[in-house]
Amino acid sequence: MQNIDLTKRLYRSMLLIREIEEYIVKVYFTDVIKSPVHLSIGQEAVASAVCDVMNHDDLVSNTYRCHATYIAKGGNLNEMMAELYGKKDGCAGGKAGSMHLIDIKNGVLGASAVVGTTIPVATGYAFALKQEAKKTGKQRVVVAFFGDGATEEGCFSESINFAALHNLPILYVCENNGLAIHNPIQNRWPTDRIVERVGTYGIITDQVKSGDVFEMRDRTQKLMNFVRSGKGPAFIEIDTYRYKQHVGPADDLNEIYRDLTEYNKWYQNDQVDRLEKMLPEEDVVAIKNEVQALVNEAQQFAEKSEFPKFNDLYSNVYAS
Amino acid sequence: MLAENVIEEEKTNLREITYAEAIREATLQEMKRDERVFLFGLDVDDHLGIQGSTIGLNKELGSDRVFGTPLSEDAMTGVAIGAAMAGLRPIHVHIRMDFVLLAMNQLVNIAAKAHYMYEGQVRVPLVIRTMIGRSWGQGAQHSQALHSLFMHIPGLKVIAPSNPHDAKGMLIAAIRDENPVIFIEHRLLYNTKNYVSSDYYSLEIGKARTFTEGKDVTILAVSHMVIEALRTQKLLEQVGISAEIIDPVTLYPMDYETVSESFKKTKRLLIVDNAWLTCGLSSEVMAKMIEMLPEGIDGKPLNMKRMGFAHTPCPTTRELEDYFYPNAVTIAEQAYQMVTGNKLDVSKLSLEDAKEISTFKGPF
Ligand SMILES: Cc1ncc(C[n+]2csc(CCOP(=O)(O)OP(=O)(O)O)c2C)c(N)n1
Repeated sequence: MQNIDLTKRLYRSMLLIREIEEYIVKVYFTDVIKSPVHLSIGQEAVASAVCDVMNHDDLVSNTYRCHATYIAKGGNLNEMMAELYGKKDGCAGGKAGSMHLIDIKNGVLGASAVVGTTIPVATGYAFALKQEAKKTGKQRVVVAFFGDGATEEGCFSESINFAALHNLPILYVCENNGLAIHNPIQNRWPTDRIVERVGTYGIITDQVKSGDVFEMRDRTQKLMNFVRSGKGPAFIEIDTYRYKQHVGPADDLNEIYRDLTEYNKWYQNDQVDRLEKMLPEEDVVAIKNEVQALVNEAQQFAEKSEFPKFNDLYSNVYAS
Repeated sequence: MLAENVIEEEKTNLREITYAEAIREATLQEMKRDERVFLFGLDVDDHLGIQGSTIGLNKELGSDRVFGTPLSEDAMTGVAIGAAMAGLRPIHVHIRMDFVLLAMNQLVNIAAKAHYMYEGQVRVPLVIRTMIGRSWGQGAQHSQALHSLFMHIPGLKVIAPSNPHDAKGMLIAAIRDENPVIFIEHRLLYNTKNYVSSDYYSLEIGKARTFTEGKDVTILAVSHMVIEALRTQKLLEQVGISAEIIDPVTLYPMDYETVSESFKKTKRLLIVDNAWLTCGLSSEVMAKMIEMLPEGIDGKPLNMKRMGFAHTPCPTTRELEDYFYPNAVTIAEQAYQMVTGNKLDVSKLSLEDAKEISTFKGPF
């Protein structure tokens, strides 16, 4: 039997990500956003499913493709849009831009443009949360998101080893969209057995290939329960697909690196469309209206906000 | 844009090509000449080919000699070093300079020292091609110019060409060099053009280029700042100041002779680095000038100034980014101040548009 509240929640979360990003696509040509944007359109299900099993005081660590995780974790939308506009009220005062969204209050740990580099940082945060739990009795967790490409960096393996050694409360989520920029995974790994490789560090692992947002959520939930119990880290690989170019707002289906069969397979299995069909029409309408209102509000907030001033250039270089 | 400034000795077969095309041509010519040369790095073999600078080379030369890699900069650098020790001549490419930081251990601890530590029994003839990013909100981690880190390390050579002609000749020189060479490109230069010979030619490592001769002030500029300095020179011309623009091209070993000769002539040296100042190239040049000209010039203390990035990480928003970098106007103001002691009124001057900046929209 369908759990209608869950369907509504996941639909709302995915739709919000998609509509914010479609808004970015729509205005990008006007140059109000002067920042490279790495869109997650097509990949929303992963962030929405995983963040659905997180608590507000848990943390996500994301990549430069960070809009989806920021939104799904409950990051402040107005501040996100203002950041994209380069404004002072942005979540990083305009200093960071699209690639580095951060909202500590809502558990968004931030992102790096250098692939893989947030994985050890997230691991260190988990290390601290383990200490914290000894005092508070409450185990908060970190979820580290990264792409398939990031698993090729040394610090990925090094971090997993350390997390396993210290039983850290961290869930590693590999969002496998099969591509690193234009480079398909077949050119980068001799086998696709990422899950097996990670398993040899002695941590529990799982994999979701179906693209089904409910399956993603259920599997993640199980691992999350384990991680939250303080027994150690876990790893999940979730297959997904991005519809847009690696960076920028355009479709690049005509470019030779794309496998159109693959694209069509995912497009036909689009989770936003699918959940929309599963819900009563009045729910869909209500959610669409709500999402539209949020996008409009973010736009207006960003437009009204001021640009930073010369002195802001020098603020926060050093902490005091 | 630089065409009239690069006057080469009797080059035949000149055509106007871009920086990216010049790099591609150098690579192709050198790889055809020497079968030990191979080219690898993330995305060198994709359909965009590192801003076009490696496009199609895998088809022409085969995927044994031109290939992409996993995202593993540290290990891939070690692989390049090992291959070089074994007699090959790798060119390892990074689409951003920031990623070379992941390879710093291999570069500094192994590549730079191997020849010395083995008392000459091994060589590491390796070229690391790397790109400085800028504009369209690249942000703090994609807008760094880290040449001074490499200049600091004995055993490494560092080259940063500012135009297609030099890029071609210097890349060929770098490939032929017996040492690890860090070859620094700039994102905003790839589409700039000037005249480049289709012939096979190489330029001398360690030789500066004087673009314009002048008598009032020497402006030593690096990488993309050379383009800004050439615009500055046109601004200064309008107020009767003649600036000599020097591009060191090779940052280590640097051609200090050319710099000091010019300095002695103009009596004023303005260093415009495309990087931060602290412990940077500009500190080094100033120190070197004091060592070379201990008595000052004409019995007066040396008149030197320097400009570069603000001492902050690079902000993303355009509003702040514009303050972060020197530009033709701020450089002209500084030079004018040095020459006349007064403030330059730029309002009546006509300024060339910085097209490579204003038209750039990414996404890469
Ligand atoms: C250390 C490092 N190497 C290379 C790059 C260039 N780069 C940017 S994104 C990217 C692809 C990464 O792919 P993946 O981790 O699968 O994430 P996705 O973009 O697919 O979400 C690459 C190679 C980088 N940013 N950092």
